[in-house]
Amino acid sequence: MPSQAPTQALFRIWRGDTEGGRFQDFTTQVGSGMVVLDAVHKIQAEQAPDLAVRWNCKAGKCGSCSAEINGTPKLMCMTRLSSIDLSMPVIIEPMKAFPLLRDLVTDVSWNFRVKKTIPKFTPRAPDAPDGTWRIQQSDADRVQEFRKCIECFLCQDVCHVLREHHKHDEFIGPRYFVYTAALEMHPLDTADRVPDLRHKFSLGYCNITTCCRQVCPESITITENAIIPLKERVVDRYFDPLKRLFRIL
Amino acid sequence: MPEYQTHPYDVLIVGAGGAGLRAAIEAASSGLKVGVVTKSLLGKAHTVMAEGGVAAALANVDERDNWRVHFSDTMRGGQYLNNWRMAELHAREAPDRVRELEAWGALFDRTSDGRILQRNFGGHRYPRLAHVGDRTGLEMIRTLQDHGIHTGIEVHMECTVLTLLTDSGRIAGAFGFDRERGHFLLWPAKAVVLATGGIGRAYQITSNSWEYTGDGHALAYRAGAELLDMEFVQFHPTGMVWPPSVRGLLVTEGVRGEGGVLRNSEGRRFMFDDIPELYKTQTAASEDEGWRYTQGDKEARRPPELLTRDHVARCINREVKAGRGSPHGGVFLDIAWIKTHLPNAAEHIRRKLPSMYHQFKQLADIDITREPMEVGPTTHYMMGGVRVDGDSQMSTVPGLFAAGEVAAGLHGANRLGGNSLSDLLVFGKRAGQFAADFARAHSAPAVDRAQAGAAAQAALEPFDRGAAGENPFQIQHELQERMQALVGIVRTESEMHQALELLDAFSARAARAGVPGHRQYNNGWHTALDLPQLLTVSEAITRAALLRQESRGAQFREDFPGKDPEWGKHNIVVRRGDAGEMLVEPRPVTPMPAELTQIIEEMK
Repeated sequence: MPSQAPTQALFRIWRGDTEGGRFQDFTTQVGSGMVVLDAVHKIQAEQAPDLAVRWNCKAGKCGSCSAEINGTPKLMCMTRLSSIDLSMPVIIEPMKAFPLLRDLVTDVSWNFRVKKTIPKFTPRAPDAPDGTWRIQQSDADRVQEFRKCIECFLCQDVCHVLREHHKHDEFIGPRYFVYTAALEMHPLDTADRVPDLRHKFSLGYCNITTCCRQVCPESITITENAIIPLKERVVDRYFDPLKRLFRIL
Repeated sequence: MPEYQTHPYDVLIVGAGGAGLRAAIEAASSGLKVGVVTKSLLGKAHTVMAEGGVAAALANVDERDNWRVHFSDTMRGGQYLNNWRMAELHAREAPDRVRELEAWGALFDRTSDGRILQRNFGGHRYPRLAHVGDRTGLEMIRTLQDHGIHTGIEVHMECTVLTLLTDSGRIAGAFGFDRERGHFLLWPAKAVVLATGGIGRAYQITSNSWEYTGDGHALAYRAGAELLDMEFVQFHPTGMVWPPSVRGLLVTEGVRGEGGVLRNSEGRRFMFDDIPELYKTQTAASEDEGWRYTQGDKEARRPPELLTRDHVARCINREVKAGRGSPHGGVFLDIAWIKTHLPNAAEHIRRKLPSMYHQFKQLADIDITREPMEVGPTTHYMMGGVRVDGDSQMSTVPGLFAAGEVAAGLHGANRLGGNSLSDLLVFGKRAGQFAADFARAHSAPAVDRAQAGAAAQAALEPFDRGAAGENPFQIQHELQERMQALVGIVRTESEMHQALELLDAFSARAARAGVPGHRQYNNGWHTALDLPQLLTVSEAITRAALLRQESRGAQFREDFPGKDPEWGKHNIVVRRGDAGEMLVEPRPVTPMPAELTQIIEEMK
């Protein structure tokens, strides 16, 4: 990595739409502390006003500016240029697990449709006469980790079941396993989503390669803390030999 | 006219942040057909960035708290220019609104006996902010989103409203376009709730996302609604100042709530040097008393770092101007120092302020558990907005409602931290409920297609001029730079007159803006269409700030540095005149009922 940031850098950005596209090269000034999204904005303001990029908070909190930077799914707003070798072109592409709309923007609406199919939060009756509950912080911790999710969909993008095998109709992806885990492990929730996990959401397709966990900008331990415990619940329910025996008897 | 699709609703909500989603849930609960239009994807609205917490007098941490104390804190913070009815309803109803979120799945941090934990914040007498670390806004918007999607509401993601439609003075719906594909859309509606948030993008240094272009303010103004308190723009005292690309990014007040202190380049805690009269009896006399307050000592008073935002921002500004600032033009905010008082301080900081730890580490190479942060004021929140009825949230246009940041009244001249998230819940619910009542009581209005056609024609003009037109990004950039310099944290008459002249020039340039390409996800086009809203709110801010010849709350006039008791009895109303000119006039504050005056007296 160069110790002194160069003053100019080359960005190779995907331009195109549903009809097809190509990479376009842009050279621009780079400065101290800049992130990839700053460079894209600078190019947009000075050279390509119709360059499509989706963003909102520019602080790693909203999860809108997901893209693939030099082949790795990342948030553009949290990727410092100082972490990239600028002696080579910086390659910026849209996410590949979703249909392209234009340039760096993809149609992620599938994710929002999937969420609606997951049975909603269903609390137990309140603990206190005033309608409130008592929850220990230690019981909240586990679920609070999952609720850090900013819905950037980078985990969905990198998941081979979606990216390579296009199982969008059968499989809900890591984001929604984390979401389901947050509901299933919520100290107040009473609904049962285990049958759906097995039959409708195809949890079994996940072969725990941890790709999703590695790209999570919130460092949620997706595989170990969410997916594997859910798999254990499915196994306990459907594949425990003793329980099967009891069911037969 | 260009083609468009039509989606009729009983109630149309514009905006899908906390206020919009809460309004949508309420309106849909009565079985009406409810549509939500949002400029972003669902769950990305600015609420997601709120950090510190939601203010509600739950009294879980300090049993002395109740709605009366919260009411008087809010009024004092707003310098008594608040709509007292809204301040009363807000303080009374916030606890129920927070508990309701828990029933919908929100998981706030807990007290040792398992109830919702509350933290200290500026201007709040007792620990009052329910929170989840420093990502409370994310928890709230996700809870409302995940609950809302099961209530039958229809969401139009990535759509912008260009104009509100009216029928003989009453609201009739909205017309806009789909940002993703560029199609035009018509939403006829019996009632419309504006929940579009603020105006931060009118300024150069801001904690706000691109969406905050004052759409609701400008749309309501053009539809004939009155705006109120437009001179009161909150500059949050602590935004990041370095590196340049993150300048303005918010550093939560929670840092100070957890014991963080402000120092100048000489190492002095300068906040002790200037404590306003209104807060003298409530402020710690020593550093030690301040520290004990942050650690829950009920006998101690709060440290001066937790004075109201307007005051802290001005003190920081003064230190920097006096040459006692940090290397990059801010001051030092130090949370690492608590290691002298607490074992495991680093772990404690990472647990209480995880996003701040992450943000500084990743974006500025600063470890906040070891070294101080550099911070300075950043444009953060708009107290002013659509003038609404305190109970129903209806504007002066029948059928047009407003809730959250786009509505004015609750916060007066300065908002307390934590009161915006509770505002969203309390008045989002009320706006949804009263908009639904209005929709049930009225038949469908007539939609004037000519109004929609004119908006569509105007929206397409930047393509006619193409790349030969003015660059919309350049106009926006210059506007932000000028507003920051001329109508920012310190204001003066001559500079504001200059700003008004420049705004005319910017308007002329905005009318010549051009963009290349086509209508699909064209950010240049989107920016060109944001300019008229930014220009309208910039003019309203400037004219109101010029008229108020005094300093109060968020408005600081260098040429009128003191408070004027007469202005203390007046709000400023902005409305559109018959010839399209902007009218600005003082409006007497409505007298407060005796029982509320008595509460304020008791709490002094």
